[in-house]
Amino acid sequence: MENSQLIEVEPINFNVQPPHLYSEYKSTILRSPTKPLIPVKEQLKDLSLPAFGDSAIGKWDHDLTKNARKNGEPIGERIKVSGKVMDEYGRPLRNVLVEIWQANAAGRYIHKAEIHDAPLDPNFLGAGRMLTDREGRYSFYTIKPGAYPWGNHFNAWRPNHIHFSVIGHQIGHRLVTQMYFPGDPLFEFDPIFQSVPKHARELLIAKFRMDWTEPEFALAYEFNIVLNGKCQTPFE
Amino acid sequence: MEKLRQTPSQTVGPFFAYSLTAEQYGYDYNSLINGLLINHDTEGERIYITGRIYDGKGQTIPDALIELWQADANGQYRSLPIHQKNDGFTGLGRLGTGTDVQDRFLFTTIKPGSIGDGQAPHINIILFMRGSLHRLYTRLYFSDESATNSQDELFNTIPEERRNTLIAQRKQNAGRIEYHFDIYMQGEKETVFLMYITNDVIS
Ligand SMILES: [Fe+3]
Repeated sequence: MENSQLIEVEPINFNVQPPHLYSEYKSTILRSPTKPLIPVKEQLKDLSLPAFGDSAIGKWDHDLTKNARKNGEPIGERIKVSGKVMDEYGRPLRNVLVEIWQANAAGRYIHKAEIHDAPLDPNFLGAGRMLTDREGRYSFYTIKPGAYPWGNHFNAWRPNHIHFSVIGHQIGHRLVTQMYFPGDPLFEFDPIFQSVPKHARELLIAKFRMDWTEPEFALAYEFNIVLNGKCQTPFE
Repeated sequence: MEKLRQTPSQTVGPFFAYSLTAEQYGYDYNSLINGLLINHDTEGERIYITGRIYDGKGQTIPDALIELWQADANGQYRSLPIHQKNDGFTGLGRLGTGTDVQDRFLFTTIKPGSIGDGQAPHINIILFMRGSLHRLYTRLYFSDESATNSQDELFNTIPEERRNTLIAQRKQNAGRIEYHFDIYMQGEKETVFLMYITNDVIS
């Protein structure tokens, strides 16, 4: 280790995962660990994360076009975002809590610290959640988020994206990520997206699914999520 | 069986609060998880867990998300599903660091029991923030458990000079028991972060 030029902080699966420090994304410089992470031994890895009951989820939590209506429909392109949560062997993970948040159609977050002067939408919050079903599936209705500027460098813009937080079955299954839309011209300029190795970036881009669209209602995108490791919970 | 590629991780960003910690930040959306891991019927010693998160320049971080996952006073993790917020002992907590003037988090819980031989009482911590591309795992151990800490399997795999970064300091404050646990992202006191990797990693 002393002789190696690059101290490997965590032997993450660098095939697909970003490094901790990615200096083009400036905030990583003071906020990423510099010392090697300590591996947790095999027998301690299987710690289960908590499960949630169906009753924890509100009736409209999966429908961001409805869950914050005040006096009308939210503005923007109505979409459906659906997919499956799986382990690395493609086995569906059911009862996984999927939480999402996003900007509105104008690229504005409702967050109080947000400074972008695009308009807020009185009928859109941008937060949703649901549990995956027996086949590991989830499906949200929402509004396609807009791009927004940020302060990383001069004229920095984030591509359209939806943030995802996933609580799987084991402690190693905890994932926070972002889903992007196909063909976004901002991909090549966004250091957060670019932090992922080139050949794995496609894993963060939803697929447009013409066959899942709802005629005269909503276009559809598919975004599947594969969690680290295999699921140890028994399958019936 | 051909393996699928994992979904890459991305930062939680600065704007998670209205979804993940909405009630704490005053947004009109309910929360499933907050800073209270117990209810009044929960057995065990009432404690508060507080601290701050520091960046590489020693500045406190006001936009981090911290999650706690712990066993009850008998060393049992909750196995029943959580049906609502503060559904008895959940053992699960979640707070942002953006609602306190000093960027502190403050969890209300009970001191966990040991989950078995070779395991000192501890709390699992998962940390997210703008500027972090991955979830970061660490563990909180208790300063008044030095004998059991020294028997702990994981604690003992950590280089000795870094072990104190995982110890929360017990303090009495206005008649209540607080454990102080500051997290340092970098620097001399850099907190030990853990990895739960199953297999097939390039090392
Ligand atoms: Fe964002």
